Amino acid sequence: MTQQSDDQRNSSAPVRGGVDLLYSPKLRGIVSQLIVLLLLAGGIYWIVTNTQANLVKLNQNFGFDFLNKASGFDLSTSLIQYSSDSTFSRALLAGFYNTALVSILGIIFATIIGFIVGVMRLSKNLVVSSAATIYIEIIRNIPLLLQIFIWYALVLKPLPGTKQAINFFDTVFISNRGIIAPHVIFGEGSWISVTLLISALIGTWVFRRWSRKRQEATGQILPAWWISIPIIIAAPILGLLIAGWPLIWDYPVLSGFNFKGGVTLVPEFIALFLALVIYTATFIAEIVRSGIIAVSHGQSEASHALGLDNGKTLRLVVIPQAMRIIIPPLTSQYLNLTKNSSLAVAVGYPDLMYTAGTVNNQSGKAIEVYSIALVVYLTTSLVTSLLMNWFNARVKLVER
Amino acid sequence: MKFLKSLIIASLFGLSAVAANAATLDDVKTKGFIQCGSNPGLTGFGVPDDQGNWTGFDVDFCRAIAAAVFGDATKVKFSPLNAKERFTALQSGAIDVLSRNSTWTMSRDTTLGLTFAAVTYYDGQGFMVPNKLNVKSAKELNGASVCVQTGTTTELNLADYFKANKMEYKVVAFEKNEEVLKAYQEGRCDVYSTDQSGLYAEVLKFTNPGDHMVLPEIISKEPLGPVVRQGDAQWFNIVKWVHGAMLNAEELGVTSKNVDEMKASTNPEIQRLLSVKVKNPDGTDADNDFGKGLGLGPDWAYNIVKMVGNYGEVFDKNLAQLKIARGKNALWSQGGLQYAAPIR
Repeated sequence: MTQQSDDQRNSSAPVRGGVDLLYSPKLRGIVSQLIVLLLLAGGIYWIVTNTQANLVKLNQNFGFDFLNKASGFDLSTSLIQYSSDSTFSRALLAGFYNTALVSILGIIFATIIGFIVGVMRLSKNLVVSSAATIYIEIIRNIPLLLQIFIWYALVLKPLPGTKQAINFFDTVFISNRGIIAPHVIFGEGSWISVTLLISALIGTWVFRRWSRKRQEATGQILPAWWISIPIIIAAPILGLLIAGWPLIWDYPVLSGFNFKGGVTLVPEFIALFLALVIYTATFIAEIVRSGIIAVSHGQSEASHALGLDNGKTLRLVVIPQAMRIIIPPLTSQYLNLTKNSSLAVAVGYPDLMYTAGTVNNQSGKAIEVYSIALVVYLTTSLVTSLLMNWFNARVKLVER
Repeated sequence: MKFLKSLIIASLFGLSAVAANAATLDDVKTKGFIQCGSNPGLTGFGVPDDQGNWTGFDVDFCRAIAAAVFGDATKVKFSPLNAKERFTALQSGAIDVLSRNSTWTMSRDTTLGLTFAAVTYYDGQGFMVPNKLNVKSAKELNGASVCVQTGTTTELNLADYFKANKMEYKVVAFEKNEEVLKAYQEGRCDVYSTDQSGLYAEVLKFTNPGDHMVLPEIISKEPLGPVVRQGDAQWFNIVKWVHGAMLNAEELGVTSKNVDEMKASTNPEIQRLLSVKVKNPDGTDADNDFGKGLGLGPDWAYNIVKMVGNYGEVFDKNLAQLKIARGKNALWSQGGLQYAAPIR
């Protein structure tokens, strides 16, 4: 009742309160929102209780205790120590790392290829621009799953067996078991190298700040990149030399059926990685192209008029402005790539979705396992989104 | 609108989940058919032809249930399920019975809310290798890559076997069986492992079946059988006794060809199997109806044998092509393990 009288006063209606109340936009808003909220709450409550009731009827109890049981199954590739004696939770963790590996590498390479192809498509050279156009139009119009299958067949079919593996100086072997390369073990004294690398990174950062200040003050430009990159490369090597080169190489050796030692990139990973990168790069290329076109032509003309060459115009004038347009849709592409990596199931790459499926099947805990997978994917996507929003905030136009 | 729509969809899902737990027999009778979870394509056990007609040992078992329930072996629909989907499909009520070469294990029996009703096929896990690998025993497989299907007991036994024999291996596991076979044939792995019946069935699909051999070792017990949801004793009994009737029929020599003549038999065991009414000395009929206890008609077992066949007939019809001997699946009276409680 107080609600109504409040409303009467606010709507400053004279005497005929009843009818006006019916037409009061504020009250209508509150009531309709309340109804929606109640329906939503009721719906959620009903789903939860119904699920619980059904689980009880099926003699299944909801809980995460099973995560500590031994999984009993092996995975074809894992970044962490994992065997059939490990727990279900460790299997899921191994799966998550595999998802992270293919997603992070995929994002990096798709971005590089996407930027190159995007700029290529704007090239005045007809051969270059049409090559980019053909690539984009073909690849982005073929379903990703199909591309994964095609890459898997392309990776697997022509490669020889382990005994006839393509051999690069007895260090790297390529066969239908994947790419096997030596594994580096950092021995004692490697910390010197790491310390030097970190100090080189900090040093070059300080140097670049200083060189920019100097440029603003004097107009002289130092080739900051050409100075800092060799330093960053040389520092850890110097450190290793000081420590007496403490690197131990674990070379792969063919013994029996397979190679022993070294690190293996399994064909399933290679196929998934190639498919994700080549597919997502087409979308990124289009985003880059639209971002660059959106920067007014007057900007580059003005830049040319100031005497900047083509490369500098692109790097200093066009790209920084284009980035503002590129970053938000680029974020969606990064999220897409991460989520698309769950198609790994199709070729048997043990990513999070694949291990979740196996864990579910071996433990019978569908709701628990898939809610874990859901939360992990959601968190990963939100973190990616957050990082990109932060980056976007940094590059966006600051209006004064 | 969107919200309302999703709410309706959610409630439909919820309702179907509730309905799944009512008495399955009543459900099935209302629907008019049995929804049977089957293998998407395993020669001899469950495989559709190009017209969508299913054949196979597991598939015929579902037909036998339909014959017992409806007196019509065709009142059954098949849901092809891969290893990963099968138990969830049964738990959620999407299927009424799972007859898809699934291994009876303790954890599946006790933690999934499901129950294995019978062992229709005693199997064991084996290995297949290409002849050119020159391997004669599974003990020589140290370091090999092995292709298997995920979500199976196969992948668990494999880990156990290599661990127990202190050998290393690399697993290459796929969700679908076709993918496993393709990877094996393309040389992604050295060995293909599954239940031995499966090895014999799959090798027939290969372009050169002669280039592959099954290793002698059997590394596990794989009792395969139909699965139902826990908590529905009536439906569980029906599925269990469909198998029981098929075995008893074989034992008593009742086949799809002679079942009508057998109705005139004076053997009391056959009379009980076929629910033949017997005359008492005082002229009244004595009831021999064992279908009643299952909630089925008196002709339940007659229909199974008449329309589908006894256990041996179904075995020979489907599995002779794989050249698998009856072995452990012979009747107990012939040195096998197939043994059913008597009908009385």
